[in-house]
Amino acid sequence: MKVLVSVKRVVDYNVRIQVKGDGSGVVTDGVKMSMNPFDEIALEEAMRLKEKGVVTEVVAVTIGEQKCEEQLRTALAFGADRAIHVKSDTAVQPLTAARVLAALVKKEDAKILFTGKQAIDDDNSQTGQMTAALLDCAQATFAGKVEIADGKATVTREVDAGLETLEVDLPAVITTDLRLNEPRYLKLPDIMKAKKKPIEATTLADLGVEAVAGLKTVKTVPPSARAPGIKVKTVDELVAKLKEKGLV
Amino acid sequence: MSKILIIAEHSDGKLNASTARAVNCAGRIGGDIHVAVLAADPAAPAAEAAKLEGVAKVLTVANAANTNPVAAVLAPQLAKLAKDGAYSHVLAPNTTFGKDLAPRLAALLGVSQVTDIMSVNGANSFDRPIYAGNAITTVETPAGETVVGTVRSASWPAAAASGSAAVEAVSVDVALPSHTRYLGLKKEGGDRPDLQSARKVVSGGRGVGSEENFKIIYSLADKLGAAVGASRAAVDSGYVPNDMQVGQTGKIIAPELYIAVGISGAIQHLAGIKDAGTIVAINSDADASIFEVADFGLVGDLFKILPELESKL
Ligand SMILES: Cc1cc2nc3c(=O)[nH]c(=O)nc-3n(C[C@H](O)[C@H](O)[C@H](O)COP(=O)(O)OP(=O)(O)OC[C@H]3O[C@@H](n4cnc5c(N)ncnc54)[C@H](O)[C@@H]3O)c2cc1C
Ligand SMILES: Nc1ncnc2c1ncn2[C@@H]1O[C@H](COP(=O)(O)O)[C@@H](O)[C@H]1O
Repeated sequence: MKVLVSVKRVVDYNVRIQVKGDGSGVVTDGVKMSMNPFDEIALEEAMRLKEKGVVTEVVAVTIGEQKCEEQLRTALAFGADRAIHVKSDTAVQPLTAARVLAALVKKEDAKILFTGKQAIDDDNSQTGQMTAALLDCAQATFAGKVEIADGKATVTREVDAGLETLEVDLPAVITTDLRLNEPRYLKLPDIMKAKKKPIEATTLADLGVEAVAGLKTVKTVPPSARAPGIKVKTVDELVAKLKEKGLV
Repeated sequence: MSKILIIAEHSDGKLNASTARAVNCAGRIGGDIHVAVLAADPAAPAAEAAKLEGVAKVLTVANAANTNPVAAVLAPQLAKLAKDGAYSHVLAPNTTFGKDLAPRLAALLGVSQVTDIMSVNGANSFDRPIYAGNAITTVETPAGETVVGTVRSASWPAAAASGSAAVEAVSVDVALPSHTRYLGLKKEGGDRPDLQSARKVVSGGRGVGSEENFKIIYSLADKLGAAVGASRAAVDSGYVPNDMQVGQTGKIIAPELYIAVGISGAIQHLAGIKDAGTIVAINSDADASIFEVADFGLVGDLFKILPELESKL
């Protein structure tokens, strides 16, 4: 059984982002970029399924500019068998990414597509669900636990009310939440080996996908700042402040 | 003029409070506002939705297949409703229910989606947070395209329950998939106030140290009538269940009072409390980032401070 894992290049989660003064976006030049943390979890899950013998081949996919190759190298260092780079000089929106992923799932005849539950740059949380809709297959989002048996996946989902369990027929799209697993620590020899592995290149056109016009970003601004607060010295002072504000 | 369909979120026959917030957001867009209630027995949530100020009509779709909120089952019915009704907008709350469902619906309609609408600039222009709320973008949807969006609950007060809209039963003739089976829900919340709608929240982090120690947080919360939240570190360490996580990838909340105890203030955590009224931080590290956003900070050992605070309230 083959599985596909989508990986997106994003600003590293530890970076305190800066909004450009002219409102045109967020500073990314000279900023540390990494694989979206949820995609690392997706990859880790796929690798564990392979190590258990449930999955035979893990294929990592990214859609984006040339530099996204770095994240595919990371995926190969994780142990992915193959890496596909769908080249696009402009960033793709979720519906376009979903069209690409749906085309690849079909082409590769993959039984599971693992995506992150959200990319931490745009925080959209759309791509996996859209891909499932286009494939007319099952989706299990925000997965905290995944079990595969007999052509089915049993997935525990982290929902607002608690933990929900779905059983879905394969093929299915599974989007990963934080507690699904803890991604492995990459070893230097694996990182070195990954540098020599081939990366397959393709394009939207090759896959017969048209990019959507989608949403137009008009401007990007910093959030309104909170008024600066104060430090209180004692519990009594804190209680007095809260009473003043009518909060207790 | 806009014609807006709001997808009602409900469970156990009750409308989720996030639906009334989405109605308020729709009111800002302006136009005819309808609410769709898909359920096995939609009567009770539909009656609640009919009272929401600004709602012109409630559409109910009664179907045993709608007993549980399965996105793959709900989406094709909503796509049919949206097309047949020529709606200009379809909105859902940005809860796990809405986040699961709306993109599936958008893709069926062949349109893009606006996630987490925090303000409305016009029928096709919205503000939404990106990078865990550290930047706000204004986006415009393509002209002539149905707008599918999710509404950020923390940014919108609930619509008042003073209206009386008509309730209309409709049947939706569309094939439903059989690839997904709902096996159950394990609720962990208990009897405490709901984290997402509570006016006061006390949250504990790794500094609390253990599941056992978390009692001190519950105790203060009970005294205040507050809901209890947590940082990811507290959830990952097994002190509390996952549905209590506050932050970028947990719950985004806007209580009047938020008390962060033994939480360092990572950007992913702060993303969940940006809209809180007053933030109180209790932390032994005077340099913790949480103090940068706290209205009132108190440096010290939480195990000394919390019992004293509780006794003085
Ligand atoms: C993709 C991604 C998504 C994430 N999403 C979220 C999210 O949604 N929500 C979230 O919370 N985190 C999230 N995180 C994790 C986040 O980065 C932090 O790791 C986490 O918030 C830290 O939790 P904490 O503040 O409890 O722990 P720590 O950072 O370890 O802080 C513990 C604090 O307790 C204080 N302390 C210790 N003992 C005492 C004492 N006796 N009295 C008083 N204070 C004490 C310490 O001074 C310290 O400041 C995410 C991370 C990633 C990578
Ligand atoms: N350009 C992309 N390349 C590869 N994967 C992507 C891309 N965009 C989105 N994804 C995948 O979809 C998930 C959710 O992204 P989003 O819908 O943008 O929040 C991410 O975690 C990725 O797994």
